Amino acid sequence: MVSKTVIQEQMAKQEYKYGFVTDVEMETVPKGLNEDVIRLISGKKNEPEWMLDWRLRAYRHWLTMKEPKWSNVRYPPINYQDIIYYAAPKPKKPVKSLEDVDPEIRALYAKLGIPLQEQERLAGVAVDAVLDSVSVATTFKDRLAELGIIFCSFSDAVREHPDLVRKYLGTVVPFNDNFFAGLNSAVFSDGSFAYVPPGVRCPMELSTYFRINAQDTGQFERTLIIADDGAYVSYLEGCTAPIRDTNQLHAAVVELIALDNAEIKYSTIQNWYPGDKQGKGGIYNFVTKRGKALGVNSKVSWTQVETGSAITWKYPSCILQGDNSQGEFYSVAVVNNYQQADTGTKMLHIGKNTRSTIISKGISAGYGRNTYRGRVHIHKGATGARNYSQCDSLLLGSTCAAFTFPDIVVQDPTAQMEHEASTSKIGDEQLFYCQTRGITPEDATNMIVNGFCKQVFLKLPMEFAVEAQKLIGVSLALEGTVG
Amino acid sequence: MLEIKGLHVKVAGKEILKGIDLSIQPGEVHAIMGPNGSGKTTLAQVLAGRVTYEVTGGTARFEGKDLLAMKPEDRAREGVFMAFQYPVEIPGVSNAYFLKAALNAIRKYRGQDEIDAMDFVTLVQDKAKLLGLDETFMKRGLNEGFSGGEKKKNEVFQMAVLEPKFCVLDETDSGLDIDALRLVANGINAMRSPKRAMLVVTHYQRLLDYVVPDVVHVLVDGKIVKSGDADLARNLEKHGYGWILEEAPRPAPARP
Ligand SMILES: Nc1ncnc2c1ncn2[C@@H]1O[C@H](COP(=O)(O)OP(=O)(O)O)[C@@H](O)[C@H]1O
Ligand SMILES: [Mg+2]
Repeated sequence: MVSKTVIQEQMAKQEYKYGFVTDVEMETVPKGLNEDVIRLISGKKNEPEWMLDWRLRAYRHWLTMKEPKWSNVRYPPINYQDIIYYAAPKPKKPVKSLEDVDPEIRALYAKLGIPLQEQERLAGVAVDAVLDSVSVATTFKDRLAELGIIFCSFSDAVREHPDLVRKYLGTVVPFNDNFFAGLNSAVFSDGSFAYVPPGVRCPMELSTYFRINAQDTGQFERTLIIADDGAYVSYLEGCTAPIRDTNQLHAAVVELIALDNAEIKYSTIQNWYPGDKQGKGGIYNFVTKRGKALGVNSKVSWTQVETGSAITWKYPSCILQGDNSQGEFYSVAVVNNYQQADTGTKMLHIGKNTRSTIISKGISAGYGRNTYRGRVHIHKGATGARNYSQCDSLLLGSTCAAFTFPDIVVQDPTAQMEHEASTSKIGDEQLFYCQTRGITPEDATNMIVNGFCKQVFLKLPMEFAVEAQKLIGVSLALEGTVG
Repeated sequence: MLEIKGLHVKVAGKEILKGIDLSIQPGEVHAIMGPNGSGKTTLAQVLAGRVTYEVTGGTARFEGKDLLAMKPEDRAREGVFMAFQYPVEIPGVSNAYFLKAALNAIRKYRGQDEIDAMDFVTLVQDKAKLLGLDETFMKRGLNEGFSGGEKKKNEVFQMAVLEPKFCVLDETDSGLDIDALRLVANGINAMRSPKRAMLVVTHYQRLLDYVVPDVVHVLVDGKIVKSGDADLARNLEKHGYGWILEEAPRPAPARP
């Protein structure tokens, strides 16, 4: 059959253009995990006592926890003593301003298309760049500060805004939440922190760029974003890693808190190294992301485009606690070659008249396995709650697989639930039809995939939608030009 | 324009076309008629380049070029168009988006610039009117949830927009009510020109009442058993295919 081979050929051409390694002198802690390592990490960051205590409590609890086995992904056992839990570029001189950032690191980000110079930045995007374990630069800090917006590395926040951090840290994802969140709470090294004060609409996209560079290290960043009463913030996260033939662990935690009438929009373009065509190497992406729509009329919105990682285990969720609060989850997850994704969301309706929308688009190619796992829970007393869920799967070729596990718990009789699901396949006949109209199979596949993802792309900021579209083309190894 | 010689085609190991000779000049409309299963769709698909149909012998030249050696998309770009008997659905890709991509792919191949957005809208509106298609049609997913009639109209609509040199229409009349048949026939007739040739595949005579062919071929069991003028189609309608088999078991010459 023609286009089966066409598809398989396309799929096999996988190319990952962020796979280079940058030679930066690193400072690391010894391999393995114990209380001393945690003390060392905390010490390197000059953390206050309360922070170290929290880490140690998390660690002691983590020791009692078991790695979850319920997901639909397969991987060999992870040796947690064989990982380096902290790696930071050795500063050539103390970093006081952006100009002090090591030229090697600056060159690295330039190569990734993320110049750290403020004047070169995309208009309207402030960036925090995290390399391995630490934040290396945050742009536009001063301009944001004029509005009372705090946007800095997590480490800086711990030192400079301890009251805010202590008030909210672990309130959405407590350290005993799950195995990977527990691990993160013990060893997290850096990440981003944002606070938008009452009534302020953040005038630019806040963005963090995560990059794993060093070998054998894990990346455990932690992000905390708070939108105070009536505030609005849109936040964007991107990630890449070098090509290595061993698997690397990434276990992040993201907590979002929206107070009365506040809105947080969180978008991710996840492009960690996915492993090679035979499934060797790649990032294990085990991430806990959760937002609490705490205040009345508040809103938490997740948009994710997941194209990378060997394994993705991630369920950005919303706790809809405030009355009239809203939660959204818009997702595109792509697996090719031997990638596995088990991703979805949880919408917990607690407040009255809470609403949630779930749009999940899974694309599978090669030998990829793509699972949507979702839970909508309407608690007792959440009168007038509404949920709309739509889960669509698209299969390219016949060796990949798609699964959907939607779970619905309704404890309030006034709830209104709507669920739609579909599975479709890009077939030979569709490709041939396009060819007879002058369109190559690559362009046709691209066109069909983009049509399939449109609902989610529309949720992304414009320039990132274009980026996401290209990225999916690359993941599926389509070198088309239709756009 | 199109020269087919001794064309043999196998499908799933079985020989379906058993030596087809056909010569079509610019400006001509040829009709192929024949009972179900005689190989009409096979011929259409082979000309468009579907690889599940294996060519085991013979040649097909389009404007002197080896058609069978070209990829399907290049055939389209060279000016060959096939209206499918059963057009597929492509959900999520709008008719407008698809057609623009197709038009631009063809234009690019010919060294032309992409069509201007406004020009495209005007072009599409004109052609849509011709086929009685309303505005919402362009925004819908390609053939998604279309009725049989709408799908067939869409094929002719695409043909009108893409302006190919050579058109193969595979049972474009089947499943149409009389009003739709008239619209489709008008659409096809509007495309007739001294520079363009057509091969109209049909099971019934009724389309040929509107689109009067220059030559009619009768295909039975993978061979052209008789060729004639438009009257041949009328006789077939009256008497069925049986009399031809008795009268002319040998392939007739390709041209009358
Ligand atoms: N994909 C296929 N696999 C097996 N047999 C096929 C296939 N396509 C067509 N055929 C067979 O080829 C013969 C001719 O089919 P077709 O060209 O569709 O005829 P027509 O269009 O004249 O009705 C039929 O016997 C049909 O069953
Ligand atoms: Mg047929």
